[in-house]
Amino acid sequence: MLEEAWTLNGSVALRPETFGALAYDFTTRRLSFLKDPALVDVVRQLRNHPNIAETLDAVGISDGERPRFRAALERLADQHLIVRRNTQ
Amino acid sequence: MTAVAERRAPTRLVDHFEYGLDAPICLTWELTYACNLACVHCLSSSGRRDPRELSTDECKALIDEFERMQIFYVNIGGGEPTVRPDFWELLDYAVEHHVGVKFSTNGFRITKERAERLAATDYVDVQVSLDGATPEVNDPIRGAGTYDAAIRAMDNLRDAGMKDFKLSVVCTRENISQLDEFKKIADDHGAQLRLTRLRPAGRGADVWQDLHPLPHQQRELYDWLVANGEKVLTGDSFFHLSAFGDALPGLNLCGAGRVVCLVDPVGDVYACPFAIHENFLAGSIRDEGFQHVWREAELFKSLREPQTGGACSSCSAYDSCRGGCMAAKFFTGMPLDGPDPECVKGNAEFVTVGDRPAPSQDHSHKGTVRNAPVPVKIGRRPPTTMCDESPVNPGDFVVG
Ligand code: SF4
Ligand code: SF4
Repeated sequence: MLEEAWTLNGSVALRPETFGALAYDFTTRRLSFLKDPALVDVVRQLRNHPNIAETLDAVGISDGERPRFRAALERLADQHLIVRRNTQ
Repeated sequence: MTAVAERRAPTRLVDHFEYGLDAPICLTWELTYACNLACVHCLSSSGRRDPRELSTDECKALIDEFERMQIFYVNIGGGEPTVRPDFWELLDYAVEHHVGVKFSTNGFRITKERAERLAATDYVDVQVSLDGATPEVNDPIRGAGTYDAAIRAMDNLRDAGMKDFKLSVVCTRENISQLDEFKKIADDHGAQLRLTRLRPAGRGADVWQDLHPLPHQQRELYDWLVANGEKVLTGDSFFHLSAFGDALPGLNLCGAGRVVCLVDPVGDVYACPFAIHENFLAGSIRDEGFQHVWREAELFKSLREPQTGGACSSCSAYDSCRGGCMAAKFFTGMPLDGPDPECVKGNAEFVTVGDRPAPSQDHSHKGTVRNAPVPVKIGRRPPTTMCDESPVNPGDFVVG
């Protein structure tokens, strides 16, 4: 997953809040919570980088923090809040 | 309001919710007080249209404001929202402006054609109200012919290919024994069952004593909810039942004025759909706009202060029950910082109950109504809106 290109799902909108952001998927009508402002940054930035690892670099996520971010991104992927991006 | 405790720095998500968000996550917008029915427990005492109701242009301007505030979706109710001549126009307008809509209806106007249109957009969800799994239980509460109308609406939605719409049931003394049957009706229609709590709001206050579930039925309901888990939606209605054992899924928090609010048909903003009373009126969108009311109203600021539990503070269940529903306490004349009138630990019995507050508005029909409830032993008239006090499902939490 880390080496692939991802992006926020087109049907999902993010609304900033002090704890991070609310994410709403207009297709599934599901509301989720991103409980970390840095995670919100990562999610927003995904589309600007060739893969997740470089996104994490760009946002400045330390090595120690990466497992936590990776797990969070996997959960977001399971819920289709983020999706693979076609890079062709 | 209740006394204010010391404010801690928020650490858990629920603490952030307690202190209020930039915009509500559960906004109910009642489009009209007009209704073709007269259910006995209507939370908004609906029936007759109010001449001051928002115009089409005012409604559209409000939708624009919701879009600016990124309010992703609203729960539209009434009254019966579909009786507004501009209802379908407003629905389309909301969708075009990225405001999703879930609307509550008694089903009378959900024809095959409408059902097909509704099924064609992801942005719209429908919630059909039914309060008995048989006409014998439903019609005395909601009115003659309302069972058939709701089933017909659900048939139309299913046949049009609409998935996961909601069958919404207010749990009463009369229907607690029908939970499995409700589930089957929902399953047969590809719908999701949504159970909500009867609250003594609007005309519900008049029938509360006769209709609210008895203590052993509350236990039955709790056990059923635990057994059926996340497949059944409750809008976090039943957190006062958590005192029976494990907390039920959800936030376990009264969201009034924090994440929940109501915009009524004349543009007044209340803390919660079940709290239509001047004591919970925060302001009007006609004066300063919705955003200003949401962020600046003194009432909302005070609701976002930490509350003390009063007589509940020493209760072992306080963390999940938190003294239950503010509106239920208020309309039964109980102190706001004490136990819920349906406290499952039986503590409501020790509370001195004051006079029931006089309603501050009533739009009930005055004359005869075609589909009036068949009076069996219950006295009055119908509802249409259910509060979504918390739209949050347990699976919705993503930990960063
Ligand atoms: S607990 Fe009661 S007052 Fe609070 S948001 Fe829910 S319905 Fe409204
Ligand atoms: S005493 Fe209060 S907190 Fe305890 S169960 Fe009753 S209502 Fe809930």
